[in-house]
Amino acid sequence: MGKVKVATTAMTSCFGCHMSILDIDERLLDLIELVEFDKSPIDDIKEFTGPVDVGIIEGGVSNDENLEVIRSFRKHCKILISIGECAIEGGIPAMRNAVPLKECLEEAYLKGPTVYNPKGRIPDDPDIPMLMNKVYPVHEVVKVDYFMPGCPPPADQIWAVLTALLTGKPIELPYEFIKKD
Amino acid sequence: MSATKTKERKIVISPVTRVEGHGKVTIRLDEKGKVDQARFHIVEFRGFERFAQGRFYWEMPVIIQRLCGICPVSHHLAAAKATDLIVGVDQLSPTAEKMRRLMHLGQTFQSHALHFFHLASPDLLLGFDADPKIRNVIGVALKHPDLVKMAILMRKYGQEVIKATAGKKVHGTAAIPGGINKNLSVPERDELKKDIGQMLEWSVAGLNLLKKFYHDDIKRMSGFAAFDSNHLSIVAPDGRFDLYDGNLRAKDAAGKLIFDQVKNADYYKVIQEEVRSWSYMKFPFIKSLGPEKGWYRVGPLARVNNCDYMDAPLAEKERQEFMKLGEGRLVNATMAYHWARLIELLYSAEKIQELLNDKDLQGTELVREARHRGHPRRDQQEPVGSGARRAQEGHRPDAGVVGGGAQLIEEVLPRRHQAHVRLRRLRLQPPLHRGPGRPLRLV
Ligand code: SF4
Repeated sequence: MGKVKVATTAMTSCFGCHMSILDIDERLLDLIELVEFDKSPIDDIKEFTGPVDVGIIEGGVSNDENLEVIRSFRKHCKILISIGECAIEGGIPAMRNAVPLKECLEEAYLKGPTVYNPKGRIPDDPDIPMLMNKVYPVHEVVKVDYFMPGCPPPADQIWAVLTALLTGKPIELPYEFIKKD
Repeated sequence: MSATKTKERKIVISPVTRVEGHGKVTIRLDEKGKVDQARFHIVEFRGFERFAQGRFYWEMPVIIQRLCGICPVSHHLAAAKATDLIVGVDQLSPTAEKMRRLMHLGQTFQSHALHFFHLASPDLLLGFDADPKIRNVIGVALKHPDLVKMAILMRKYGQEVIKATAGKKVHGTAAIPGGINKNLSVPERDELKKDIGQMLEWSVAGLNLLKKFYHDDIKRMSGFAAFDSNHLSIVAPDGRFDLYDGNLRAKDAAGKLIFDQVKNADYYKVIQEEVRSWSYMKFPFIKSLGPEKGWYRVGPLARVNNCDYMDAPLAEKERQEFMKLGEGRLVNATMAYHWARLIELLYSAEKIQELLNDKDLQGTELVREARHRGHPRRDQQEPVGSGARRAQEGHRPDAGVVGGGAQLIEEVLPRRHQAHVRLRRLRLQPPLHRGPGRPLRLV
């Protein structure tokens, strides 16, 4: 069997979950013996090169581009894993769900103490994604197979999940692996 | 114009990868195939500016840091510094300030190592034109395993410093209004001390590696994307390089001061941000120069360019050598960012070492109590006469403990502490449910 193919993406998120993946440290060298990375922010592969075994999703869905990305992940990946609170429940960015989007945009682009906006225009170019009213968890948009909780999940948890996946052995998750702050 | 529009071609690079953030590049070509317009779009909007409003102020250090998981400490500390002001603590205890400084140095150390080795080095080590399939840290790992091992361990070290000071590698919880909630225990200190010598050595090695690349390919390195710009950063009151706190300084490309020693809380007096329709990121500029000419560089290059000196001997020597690149002006080569970043990496290692030997880190004064600031001075804030009126009403200007303000702070502080205690109690509860493990399936 060839290497297991893995793709990752960061949508409406902070990249912290990707950082936690890197926090597996030296085990990264073992990991790259077992897996091959496809589309991911850490490499230069922008489009899927073909079917992929595991897709790891960081971040919720807040704009039309996220929507496209997540659908293409579902299409190309055999299994999808939501990593972190943003993907699982929208996380901190979903705090904006309690406020009308218009107010958020006005604060950022019209009212802020340093804003210079003589035309009073809020960014709207077709080259930037269109925002959705609310931030959605990934599994409300596509089917998700597994969830790794935490903000971010500790590296040990990530390693436990990846090795369980790659070896097919039952997963062991001691309390420290899922403990949050 | 409309005729060229129809024949216009557009190149899109999306997402921009191997960077810290969410970006996209569009390049429009005219009918002759020449670049007509090139834009870098920030494609992410989250709304922190608004949804942070109305929350408890002591939540800010943990909410705001979720802006970025690569440099969370910087945002954690910026927010904590703002809350220090809110609770009226102007001077942290030495233990709190040094813990925060150490945390931040761990941050710059890990983030700079990540940036250079994990993200940028594939271009240098494998070549700008290498196959995109291998032009990444894994490609480097397969070709230069020792170098990548070193990079991983350097980043790990920075993350361990963060964990020891912030409680967690990504999104810690240690900086709180008025101080810090932990000190550096002796075992933590000793653990970190073990490897700092190695880290220093590797920082020097990384810097030398980059310098070799730079000099071997000097034309490309000093010419690629080189352009004059203003530079903005913070510096200490005496012009010393500082990463945690200081005043704003801006210089132009030649090194002439635009402004200096502007208090950081007064940033809005010297900086504005222009809104453009095609990016969710605003475009900051120096107010006095206007949106066309006022834009500026920030980050390692600006910081190293702007400061008068670094109080870390090895890094200071490197800084002096680096500044010669500018031949009397500031260094305005974009590729020199790598160089400046690695000088900061070395600076961070030296300063971490210094702090690990500082007994204050084991101190026990973690949080300072708020001090009532008194009412605003009459001559600055209020029309003549109002002070007298307020005195009649029972307010004494500049008094420490009298008046509604002090009572308010006294009421608020204990409540904040209660909340912390509550949170801690919650955290200690065992997880509700932890059923038996089950196999995960790959198909
Ligand atoms: S879950 Fe936390 S660490 Fe992960 S992307 Fe969201 S905010 Fe960042």
